Amino acid sequence: MTGVPLLSIMLAVPAIAAVACLFTTAQNARWIALIATLVDFVLGIALWSQFDIGGPQWQFVENAGSLGVFGWKLGIDGFALMLVMLSVFLMPICIGASWVAVTSRVQEYMAAFLFTEMLMIGTFTAQDLFLFYIFFEAGLIPMYLIIGIWGGANRIYASYKFFLYTLLGSVLMLVAMLWMANFAGTSDIPTLLNTDFPVKVQTWLWLAFFASFAVKMPMWPFHTWLPDAHVQAPTAGSVILAGVLLKLGGYGFLRFSLPMFPEASAQLSWLILGLSAVAVIYTSLVALVQSDMKKLIAYSSVAHMAIVTIGLFAFNRQGIEGAMIVMLSHGLVSAALFLCVGVIYDRLHTREISRYGGLAINMPKYAVLFMLFTMASVGLPGTSGFVGEFLSLAGTYRVSTTITLLCTTGIILGAAYMLYLYRRVVFGEIVHDDVRTMPDLSLREVALLAPIAAVVLWMGVYPESFLAPMRGDVGTLEARIARAAPSGDSLPTMGKAVALPAHHAEAHP
Amino acid sequence: MTSILFIVFLPLLAAIVAGFANKSFGTVLPKVVTTGALFLSAILSWTVFIPYLGGGEATVTPVLDWIHSGDMRIDWALRVDSLTAVMLVVITSVSALVHLYSWGYMDEDPDQPRFFAYLSLFTFAMLMLVTADNLVQMFFGWEGVGLASYLLIGFWFRKPTANAAAIKAFVVNRVGDLGFMLGIFGTYLVFNTISIPEILRLAPGMAGSTIGFVGYRIDTMTLLCLLLFVGAMGKSAQLGLHTWLPDAMEGPTPVSALIHAATMVTAGVFMVCRLSPMFETSPFALTVVTTVGAATCLFAATVALVQTDIKRVIAYSTCSQLGYMFFAAGSGAYGAAMFHLFTHAFFKALLFLGAGSVIHAMHHEQDMRYYGGLRKSIPWTFWGMMMGTLAITGVGIPGVIEGLPAIGFAGFHSKDAIIEASWASGQHGASIVGMIVALLTSFYSWRLMFLTFWGKPRWAQSEHIQHALHDAHEHGNHALDDHSHHGASHDGTGGYHPHESPLPILLPLILLSIGAIAAGFVFHGYFIEPEAGERYWRGAIAFREHLMHEMHAVPLGVKLSATIAMLTGLFGAYIFYIRSPQAPVKLAETYRPIYLWLLNKWYFDELYNLLFVKPAFALGRLFWHRGDEQTIDRFGPNGVAWVVAQNARVAGKIQSGYVYTYAFVMLLGLTGAVTWAITR
Repeated sequence: MTGVPLLSIMLAVPAIAAVACLFTTAQNARWIALIATLVDFVLGIALWSQFDIGGPQWQFVENAGSLGVFGWKLGIDGFALMLVMLSVFLMPICIGASWVAVTSRVQEYMAAFLFTEMLMIGTFTAQDLFLFYIFFEAGLIPMYLIIGIWGGANRIYASYKFFLYTLLGSVLMLVAMLWMANFAGTSDIPTLLNTDFPVKVQTWLWLAFFASFAVKMPMWPFHTWLPDAHVQAPTAGSVILAGVLLKLGGYGFLRFSLPMFPEASAQLSWLILGLSAVAVIYTSLVALVQSDMKKLIAYSSVAHMAIVTIGLFAFNRQGIEGAMIVMLSHGLVSAALFLCVGVIYDRLHTREISRYGGLAINMPKYAVLFMLFTMASVGLPGTSGFVGEFLSLAGTYRVSTTITLLCTTGIILGAAYMLYLYRRVVFGEIVHDDVRTMPDLSLREVALLAPIAAVVLWMGVYPESFLAPMRGDVGTLEARIARAAPSGDSLPTMGKAVALPAHHAEAHP
Repeated sequence: MTSILFIVFLPLLAAIVAGFANKSFGTVLPKVVTTGALFLSAILSWTVFIPYLGGGEATVTPVLDWIHSGDMRIDWALRVDSLTAVMLVVITSVSALVHLYSWGYMDEDPDQPRFFAYLSLFTFAMLMLVTADNLVQMFFGWEGVGLASYLLIGFWFRKPTANAAAIKAFVVNRVGDLGFMLGIFGTYLVFNTISIPEILRLAPGMAGSTIGFVGYRIDTMTLLCLLLFVGAMGKSAQLGLHTWLPDAMEGPTPVSALIHAATMVTAGVFMVCRLSPMFETSPFALTVVTTVGAATCLFAATVALVQTDIKRVIAYSTCSQLGYMFFAAGSGAYGAAMFHLFTHAFFKALLFLGAGSVIHAMHHEQDMRYYGGLRKSIPWTFWGMMMGTLAITGVGIPGVIEGLPAIGFAGFHSKDAIIEASWASGQHGASIVGMIVALLTSFYSWRLMFLTFWGKPRWAQSEHIQHALHDAHEHGNHALDDHSHHGASHDGTGGYHPHESPLPILLPLILLSIGAIAAGFVFHGYFIEPEAGERYWRGAIAFREHLMHEMHAVPLGVKLSATIAMLTGLFGAYIFYIRSPQAPVKLAETYRPIYLWLLNKWYFDELYNLLFVKPAFALGRLFWHRGDEQTIDRFGPNGVAWVVAQNARVAGKIQSGYVYTYAFVMLLGLTGAVTWAITR
């Protein structure tokens, strides 16, 4: 620990840059945003390299004292570190993706993204309940603006839906937070993590948090805002929405619901598991019949997020680690898929699948990268998608074989809708003349997609880099919730150690 | 054992080089790199395999940590034992030859670098599968070959049928993978490890235990074996999950030979043999394996009888031969299953590559109805396919005469062993199915030979041939033109002259012919003879030595059955396709429903379309419109909007901008928090 308030600096850099963007030209705003996000990325790498694996649970702790209502308290554990890394990694890519696509009100646009970055990092690093709440909720305002101002034709309806759902959850969560702080006498998250709330109240608190997190995940049936939001959002908006904002729900369950209300979590895990199983099958089937590329990927996101929730509520190490890896993997892969859609949207200005076809002929580089991300989304071993899915489902199997069976059908349906999409867009003959003139990936576009591809393969072949920082925290969480962990439905009996068939004996006279 | 690292990773390296180089350095570099790597890999594989014949210990070469989660430790490691060694030589040898063959076969294709990169990638994945030390790495290879198979079936991505076949192959395999994954989860739950040697060590101790699954309680080992076997059924195209294999013939023919005949589709058999000590603990699971194997064996053979596409006949034949391997395994004769896998790799690759050579000569025509009389025009191909046919139909002299050992082509040794072993193990039903299928195999194989190489040429009606002739006309090929004048109407050739394939195509045929002739005789001792087998396998599979003894004591009728069946099939095919070619037509007319049923492959595709594909899309639309739009949105956000619209005053506020309202609510909350903080 060097004593440098690294986390505060990581918050300050985008915040200052955002303000600077507002008072300059469009081109300058682009450069400021790019440099600021890259600086934050470098700071993120410094954070990761200095993170002491196996050290104290909370690191880089900063405490600037109370600001009257709440404390400016920051700090990260392994979970937060990984999600901060995901945010700072995707942000420069978002700026790069908007480099030429956004031409109106560039200054405000860049400022909105930089604010989003600041608020996301704040959400993951806040150690005070109310500080968390502010970051968590405020993060939606720039997103709301991004959809509402730079979005597509039907952006007002989309932002209305986005807003309405989120509002519903956040009010209930705030009430619960107030009660908790009152009960425990503090709003310090590390203290609250070890506070045992009365079991009866836990259920209500859990439900209040659930209202907020289930919408953010999103879990079925609170998911309908997502397809609309994605469809209307500009490419970079979708990237950050799928890449980072969707992780807030999972992070919330992990940080609050499970360790603070273990008994309620166990009691209500049937709800989570049930909704998740429905989500996997329901949204996968809906994804199959979509004709809009972004909607298809949005629905697939809901299905993938369901694998996160079942893993978390499996109450065991494989499930939780799997859930985290699915979050990270989905953050990368869905971001990349939205970028892939953006690449061709920039050329033809339509998301209709049927308007494409035969892209492999004139866009071979694009075809290769899109194939890689398709396979990662499908969960092919060797990509990040597999590691998370496998661990999460393996963990869930220990709790419920039925839920695991239902959710594992996702690997069949996922393959079906993704390959069907890929076939219609990339394979086949070119039938539309305008498609024939589409150029292959530019250097800028390769520079956006290639780093994601590299990390997707890295996480698939050597996930240890990502699992190691979280290992201790999973242990802590596991120990905390162990008292409520359900028993599962497998319950194998002891073997009878029957005498082996005669021929084995004969084989070795 | 560093050579195993080279064997496995050379193809990967070659695939990466070829893939990235693509066409930037011409097509020759990627071809040289991949083919060179594969030949090197193949030579090294034989040097690994041969010492095992004298008995060798298993070795494990660690490569890298992979997934560590609590007590679940999954690492990249390469395990070599006698079972893996067999697979190594099969995979790398056939792959090397297929690489070489593709120099000739894909010569005119502009995307050759991509093709060779995929082939090498496939080989790498397959090698990872067979060297796996744990179930998850096996699954990695399993999915890796699935990916390569998908890419290669859809290699000609402009063809809609190829794309459809590629997706079908991937998705149907995923149904199997669902079982495989659940099997891994269950195995981990029960044994707390996914290391294969550990599982096999612990499995006998769990015999007789029960476990809960989806609300039922069943025998633990039966559940685990059956779940894993579902995976094997998918990859090895067993009845129910077989529908993708015939369609996979949309891929280029070298792919069919390598992936869909010799190697990938045998992964299921390999898996059952690898886990044989586990399957041994569940007699019920073994019965299921036997039944599914025998059913597939019979089903596929009946369909092969009537197909007219040369590749589809061989594809169904593959399906059927895989059935043989499974019921051998199910009968406990794992050595015989592996033996048939081994010999089948040679003769089936030979048949496919031979068929490819025919297709090459016939200008992409695949319909045997337009072949005929090709014996003289493409003699090398003919003799190659002859060797393959002699091997698959099991030509040989049974060892019933005192003092004379059984001797014959490759398939003779392995198929006889399967029929005898399944009889000896008491699976008489399967054994009888094996005999019947031996007859059918002989019939459809000779039918293929007779239709292709004997009789009068029927080329003139073929559209492909007409295209070829038309092109020749346009290019002013007078030599050909002259011929067509006096040839067209009389001899059915339409004036077309098939040419023998070039050396890169013929050389693999010759080398594989050697395998088809000798692989059975040379290696049967190591695979199935009691003492030599025990010494060779060394516990790599559950080798039932006593069963291999009993095999020799089966009734004379059983021993002779395969040969009699082979001769009957040959005779039948001769009658039908040489003596009286009208007979099959009449037969098909008389029993039209049966003929159509067979021709349409028992209507599996139609049934699945009706049961799964259409309902999936219908449900998707139902959930989307009725669920999301008309229920959730209607009573959710739109309902709220409606309520709001009813109240103009509130609406006015809302219209002023949600952001402000939102910020306001947040502020309100924070004020509450402040109030609480101050007053507490």
